[in-house]
Amino acid sequence: MADQSHRAGGGQQPLLELSNVSKHFGGVMALQNVDFTLLPGEIHGLVGENGAGKSTTMKIIAGVHTDFDGTMKIEGREVRLRSAGDALSHSIGMVHQELSVVPDLTVAENVFLGNQPLTAIGAIDWGRMNREAKQLIASLGLDIDPTTTMGSLPVGLQQLVELSRVLFSGARIIILDEPTSALSPPEVRQLFEVLRRLRAEGRSIVFISHFLDDVLDISGRVTVFRNGRKVITEETAKLTKDMVIAHMIGRGSRGMHMGEEAELKGDDAKPVVLSAARVSDGRNLRDVSIELRAGEITGVYGFMGSGQIELARALFGKAPLRRGSVRLDGKPVRFKSTAAARASGIAFVPENRRMMLFRQEPVYKNVSISILDRIHRMWLKPRTEKRIAESHIKDLQIRPPRTAIPLGSLSGGNQQKVALAKWLTHLPRVLILSEPTRGMDVGAKEDVIRIVKSLRDKGVAILVLSTEPETILTLADRVTVIRKGTVAREFATGRIEKADLLAAA
Amino acid sequence: MTTAESAAPRSFSVKRFLADQLRNIAPVFTLVALVVFFSFASTSFLTLDNMLNIVRQLSITGIIAVGLTFVILTAEIDLSVAAVANAVGITVAYFTIQPDYVNIANIPLPGWIAIILALLSALAFGLVTAFGMTFIGIPSFIMTLAMMQIANGVSALLVRGQIAYQYPDLVTTLGAGTAFSIPLGVNAAGKAMFIPIGWPIIVCMVFLLVGHLVLTYTRYGRYIYMVGGNREAAEYSGVNVKFIIGSVMVICAMCSGIAGMLGVAYFGSAQQNQFDTFLLDAIAAVVVGGTSLFGGRGGIGNTIIGLLVLGVVNNGLDHIQIDSFLKILIRGLILLAALIINVYAQVLKEKQADLD
Repeated sequence: MADQSHRAGGGQQPLLELSNVSKHFGGVMALQNVDFTLLPGEIHGLVGENGAGKSTTMKIIAGVHTDFDGTMKIEGREVRLRSAGDALSHSIGMVHQELSVVPDLTVAENVFLGNQPLTAIGAIDWGRMNREAKQLIASLGLDIDPTTTMGSLPVGLQQLVELSRVLFSGARIIILDEPTSALSPPEVRQLFEVLRRLRAEGRSIVFISHFLDDVLDISGRVTVFRNGRKVITEETAKLTKDMVIAHMIGRGSRGMHMGEEAELKGDDAKPVVLSAARVSDGRNLRDVSIELRAGEITGVYGFMGSGQIELARALFGKAPLRRGSVRLDGKPVRFKSTAAARASGIAFVPENRRMMLFRQEPVYKNVSISILDRIHRMWLKPRTEKRIAESHIKDLQIRPPRTAIPLGSLSGGNQQKVALAKWLTHLPRVLILSEPTRGMDVGAKEDVIRIVKSLRDKGVAILVLSTEPETILTLADRVTVIRKGTVAREFATGRIEKADLLAAA
Repeated sequence: MTTAESAAPRSFSVKRFLADQLRNIAPVFTLVALVVFFSFASTSFLTLDNMLNIVRQLSITGIIAVGLTFVILTAEIDLSVAAVANAVGITVAYFTIQPDYVNIANIPLPGWIAIILALLSALAFGLVTAFGMTFIGIPSFIMTLAMMQIANGVSALLVRGQIAYQYPDLVTTLGAGTAFSIPLGVNAAGKAMFIPIGWPIIVCMVFLLVGHLVLTYTRYGRYIYMVGGNREAAEYSGVNVKFIIGSVMVICAMCSGIAGMLGVAYFGSAQQNQFDTFLLDAIAAVVVGGTSLFGGRGGIGNTIIGLLVLGVVNNGLDHIQIDSFLKILIRGLILLAALIINVYAQVLKEKQADLD
């Protein structure tokens, strides 16, 4: 095998090589004539807008998509993978964005899931399993008790445990799909340390991410995808963020410094629509107070797991509150169900698209579900529904612009726009958005930002919760930073920077 | 999905169409194949009389299956349908004056009161199930298993091993009466021939029609499909999921209860355990028809096909020379095949929706 100690460069035999790979789903071309090489001991960044083809490429490499045109070679030998398990036997492992850990099992059980070491009589050898899991995790530079339950660990550590599972299975090619999207900055640093260690061992890592700073920080080479084609593969040292963006979107980069800082315009004269006073849920929220004003976007920033999700759920009547009071227009309310919250004019878009979309149903039914009672008394009027959906599709630039195709055939960013469109037909009084732009490409992000701001200008009180400082700084008129379930700091006016948020959280 | 950027209509794909429609196509093919098979295997099968016979035999099951379709569309199940039917059928007889030789300590009341009481008992069964599922949070499988036992208990207590024979006139008419006859001309002996159409068939068709209209064309029906398709998403869209789940259980109990009332009249007697086969038949009809066990897919159209498949199998096996004990096994195998198709259709569908 080629020299491993060196950073990626020319002249080495690739560990993995895709030549002229194309893939279509039904009549839809997802990938066209893609060439891709992965060298031994390199971290290779993979970027592109949603639907550009990076996930499809990786699913081909990981044996998820087995039916494609073109060739795939591992160490010069052509292979044809038949399944994800087959990929693993060729030393290819993937850590998906949505973790596949079992929260109720212990860390060791998760590491050895399906491969538990057995004693002579066929029982699980707990001692050996815990010992080996600890060693394996320690080899990543981590110190985790293998007997703790997975669910009690922070997401960042869960992800590393899942990574160790892939390593345990002997993977030399490791594909990481959006590994940093759920991680706090210290967790990202920890992950990167682990990745550098793995690179030093000669393993190759494909790092797929929307977080360009992370990609540029960790990878040796970067490949950019656009519209199902590979645009360029280049050494990271020769790239800047602006250049990468230009390749990604295929047009001149603009507004790229948006989200680094913001001028807050909180106005106490505006009327409070929804307020929470010292609310607690007994677990993740403690004495949180927040006021949402008409025509203002209130941003709530905090690391993953600091309580934003719980706050949003509680305000929408999805999760119960133990203590504290919620007031709508000054009158105390207690929503027993999401239906009650919606009837009072509160709308909610959760962070996970799957939580609020019907993938098998056509787009128009997804849009109309939350307004059915307004447009129909009893009998459905599909034509009205489609007309409404069409107007949203036009406003939000949803692609493809068709109302009758299943939602699942849209790309992630477009699905997110549909999730937002649900609440736009009849303006809500309060709109709660959890991670409104997470995982979206640049273009879709700008569309969403534009829509949210126009809603604010129409007088909607908006709450934006995010773990991305850029999202908060781009959108918010005032900011509340929460840390471990309590309000850490509030900013109402003046200039703030990303660093201010990070320091406060 | 990349070429989503282009607005060009997606090219027609046979594979996609089949994946989409497998759950609808497979039952129809099964039905056609069975009819063809039995027509060749037996001379007495494909006659007008026998076709009508099949439909008549299906009518009580059909009414139960309508309610069950609602339940299964929300990805729940109701195992108490047959027991509730039995209990409600017995209730209506309990409140009707019985002949002297019937030794039941019953409470004779005017017919319409007996009917209302029976309907209220069906409502009560449904409400208890709905309460247990939505407020307490008991899974439908277990909750309706308990309700099955409770309804059987009510039946046992009311009749105490006896058999009742009298029902209110309306029930007797709808359950056993002839609605109208279709003249068929005159036979060789010069006698006029008629096909009698029984009231149970009419009632069943009304239930199927109303069920279809509600599921397809009303807001409530849409909510049922959406709750079945993705319960969490429905909740985040502000749909009152508990209400939908609870109400389908009540609808199902009401359908079962009405089927039970017509059923006792249809059988000519009301006694314990006489509906036992209806549980499997009704579930089989819905599932064989292609309504997804995972919810959100299917409908009354599927249930009609499922009912016909079931009716043709049950009836057709009587028309060919076959070990009557083997029939039970054959029915089981057909149900298994339908389950495989049902689950496989779901997997295919999800694969198709999973474009990147």
